[in-house]
Amino acid sequence: MSKTFLIDTTRCTACRGCQLACKEWNDLPANETKQRGSHQNPPDLNPNNYKIVRFHEHLDADNNVVWNFFPDQCRHCLTPVCVDVADMVVPGAFIKDAATGAVLVTEKCAQIPEDALESIRNACPYDIPRYEPKSKRFTKCDMCVDRLRAGLVPMCVKTCPTGAMAFGERKEMLDLAQKRLAAARERFPKAHLADADSVSVIYLLAEEKEYYHQYASFM
Amino acid sequence: MTNHWIDIKNADAVLIIGSNAAEHHPVAFKWIMKAKDNGAALMHVDPKFSRTSARCDFHVPLRSGTDIAFLGGMLRYILEKELHHKEYVLNYTNASFIVGKDYAFEDGLFSGYDPKSRTYDRSKWAFEKGPDGAPLRDESLKHERCVFNLMKKHYDRYTLKTVSDVTGVSEQNLLRVYDTFCATGKPDKAGTILYALGWTQHTVGVQNIRTSALIQLLLGNIGIAGGGINALRGEPNVQGSTDHALLYHILPGYIALPQADWQTLEQFNKANTPVTALKNSANWWGNRPKYMASLLKGWYGDEATPENDFCYGLLPKGEKNEDYSYMYVMDKMYHGKMKGGFIFGVNPMNSFPHTNKMRKALDNLDWMVCSELHHSETSDNWQRPGVDPKACKTEVFLLPSAHRVEKAGTISNSGRWLQWFDKAVEPGGEARNFADIFVPLINRLRALYQAEGGVLPEALLKLNWPEKFDPEEWARRINGMFWADTKVGNKLYKRGQQVPAFGALQTDGSTSSLNWLYCGSYTEEEGNKSKRRDPSQTPMQARIGLFPNWSWCWPVNRRILYNRASVDVNGKPWNPDKTVIVWQDGKWVGDVPDGPWPPMSDPKGKLPFIMNTDGYAQLYGPGRLDGPFPEHYEPVETPLAAHPFSKQLRSPVYKFHTSDMDVFAKAADPRYPIVLTTYSMTEHWCGGGETRNVPNLLECEPQLYIEMSHELAKEKGIKNGDGVIVESARGRVEAIAMVTIRIRPFTVMGKTVHLVGMPFAYGWTTPKCGDSTNRLTVAAYDPNTTIPEAKACCVNIRKADKLTEIA
Repeated sequence: MSKTFLIDTTRCTACRGCQLACKEWNDLPANETKQRGSHQNPPDLNPNNYKIVRFHEHLDADNNVVWNFFPDQCRHCLTPVCVDVADMVVPGAFIKDAATGAVLVTEKCAQIPEDALESIRNACPYDIPRYEPKSKRFTKCDMCVDRLRAGLVPMCVKTCPTGAMAFGERKEMLDLAQKRLAAARERFPKAHLADADSVSVIYLLAEEKEYYHQYASFM
Repeated sequence: MTNHWIDIKNADAVLIIGSNAAEHHPVAFKWIMKAKDNGAALMHVDPKFSRTSARCDFHVPLRSGTDIAFLGGMLRYILEKELHHKEYVLNYTNASFIVGKDYAFEDGLFSGYDPKSRTYDRSKWAFEKGPDGAPLRDESLKHERCVFNLMKKHYDRYTLKTVSDVTGVSEQNLLRVYDTFCATGKPDKAGTILYALGWTQHTVGVQNIRTSALIQLLLGNIGIAGGGINALRGEPNVQGSTDHALLYHILPGYIALPQADWQTLEQFNKANTPVTALKNSANWWGNRPKYMASLLKGWYGDEATPENDFCYGLLPKGEKNEDYSYMYVMDKMYHGKMKGGFIFGVNPMNSFPHTNKMRKALDNLDWMVCSELHHSETSDNWQRPGVDPKACKTEVFLLPSAHRVEKAGTISNSGRWLQWFDKAVEPGGEARNFADIFVPLINRLRALYQAEGGVLPEALLKLNWPEKFDPEEWARRINGMFWADTKVGNKLYKRGQQVPAFGALQTDGSTSSLNWLYCGSYTEEEGNKSKRRDPSQTPMQARIGLFPNWSWCWPVNRRILYNRASVDVNGKPWNPDKTVIVWQDGKWVGDVPDGPWPPMSDPKGKLPFIMNTDGYAQLYGPGRLDGPFPEHYEPVETPLAAHPFSKQLRSPVYKFHTSDMDVFAKAADPRYPIVLTTYSMTEHWCGGGETRNVPNLLECEPQLYIEMSHELAKEKGIKNGDGVIVESARGRVEAIAMVTIRIRPFTVMGKTVHLVGMPFAYGWTTPKCGDSTNRLTVAAYDPNTTIPEAKACCVNIRKADKLTEIA
């Protein structure tokens, strides 16, 4: 049975505990960043950040400030396009772990010719994988499969203090998602579950995806 | 906190004001989210829309430094609409007390003001007393000088229009908060107020908090589940270090610092032991001599005897009216009146206001000892940018300090829970924890005094001092022990055994306790209670998330302070669904009650506010230096030349220094028209001395920024991400512009007032990140606590041609 995340953005405080915990668990070095007039840092996913919290602010129809937070990571699609596209170039460079549903990159990435890199990256509807030329690997969230095998939940979920992130069996998470959605709709009539039928990382968004991130959802 | 973190979930309304709870308490914020899940209304009142505001039902922007005006308007609203909890106010507060004829309030000044000394003669504010010395009360609340009517009169000026004009909050937004929060005046509703440094760091800091006390008492929100006034404590161990007297004006357990007028213990006790004429007042501080004697016994052990005043004479005595706070220490240092010193656990060259003066002051030391995890702006002040290291005479000793995970001991959290932490790893290299530096240092000094003598060697030589530091042993000493075989009830305790609770502390030298509040935390019967991790509870306790067997909290494991006010005079809870305590079959059930006495209706009953001499909570508080009722005054640096509440623009009694460097913008100074407020953030801890050395945190928040509105940015020709020069009357700081809708211009007294916000987490020892924001902030202080006004000053900004501090 595959595993699923529920990320309820209406509970997220953008503390970035998940972003940091992900780096710590995966032993990723810090990037040298700059203040560019935004709290979102690093500005984008990169080989040293498999997960970042994106910030988006706008005024609603009543001129109230709305500040949305979006902890962005690989969605571990139920039918991952990246696996199909990579398979056409180097079979087994991207795989889907049967036990968990995690989409993983393998050492076979090193065999991918340079001119094929862009097409594999572009295959992702969520703009997730990043290529690290030194190790010749695509980098992205691996659902903490090492932790899962040890009976632990992913590091980001473990760290989340406000209950924005939940993780478990798919059915259980879908049930929880419906419950949370019903609660969220009381305040946010446009609340919805992003691409719930096709991904293992389901986001509960309070409003349209453009108020979060260009690639927040596919549909 | 009067209550505790978990208890926030019981609230029907949560007012976060003077705090950015989600960013500064990201883990504990889950209890606020729980309140929301349970249907509570969450409100954030703060100059800037932050991550806290994002999770609240609504955010109300408030001009920094106008909290009393904002809350004064709420007081008027409650009184006008009679939303207060009438039975509670009458029975448990001093609303009915009659104030003496000498009290007056005229145009911003209370009676008894002396402009020369900038102080009040507080005797003018006293209550009227009967022949027996008891305060006179009018239970009909009709007397024109009863507290209730004086309060009504005082806040009558705080109309929606006036408050809106001064605070910059629209009348609609004022009403939104007032309506929502004041709905908790109903007996079965609870509202909590959460605050932090956004309230304390003002020249009216104490009165900001007093205003919340007035509101919460009127609404009957003190003592109940989901209520209270809750200070969100930041750095561990702020609560514990306050309890144990890190502050300059008290000894451990909130006992006054001995003064020069009190040369003997008898004189000390006479001045510090309140007496009440009310028979139903517990007047708990009447026990103070027991706590003082036990403290001295803890310090001096067998050397402390009744014959020698328990060595009271060896304690240093403060001079009358002398201020020993850190800002006064730094001013002395600036004037060359100090030769050397120890700076532990603080980075004043980044975190204290008016940092340019601080940095110059430190240059005057001959020697300085710092203990730090990393080099800091303080330890390395001698080689700061723009200064020739060779010109600095200070000899600096930098002692490597252990990290908090490298030591064992207790931390007291905001809810007063005493929690034991084990050491995770040994300190690296030569690093030591503070006590392993301090205990041997004192032993070295003792050896020197022993060998060479000196002035008053007994002060150190008579100390009951260990050879080596052992945290477990100190936990025992803090609780206290018997120094003679003693019977408590039916049980005999031997000399050397632990005192079971502070009720057993004595004045005769038979007991010691290094802090009476913590007496009961480490007993013969149950051992070290800070280590308890037992979640068991009764069904009644489960309903309000009360875990009496998890750790331990002061006093006597009482989780909600003043809980006897959560019941009516017959001991019946105002809200039976969220019972804190209840009188059942002749005893109290639930939390540990504020004293064992039966309910108030019983002739043996006592008033619930047992720490106040007369047992009633003080709507009118004649003890503070700046007035018995909170009154709005502008910050010392203000964009206004006048305000409508009175002619008294600023607090008449705020403190300040007068050195050549202590300069202030004048009121409505055209050179500095913009309000600056300062803050911390999730990613860096306080001044950032530790976290700037954690690369992953620096990656998230790498450089100093200044948050400003689009309107101001446009006016100044500044674009998002541009370098900006920020200037105040005291300094100049570089920052990166963060142009955002989260800060909006205020309309104040019909004019547009801009506000900008900056974190204070950056300092020059971290390359290219910027330097101390506090070079801008103002050295003006609250008269009661001398806390500096770091949350409000006036600045100007312009686009930078080039940056030298940030790259």
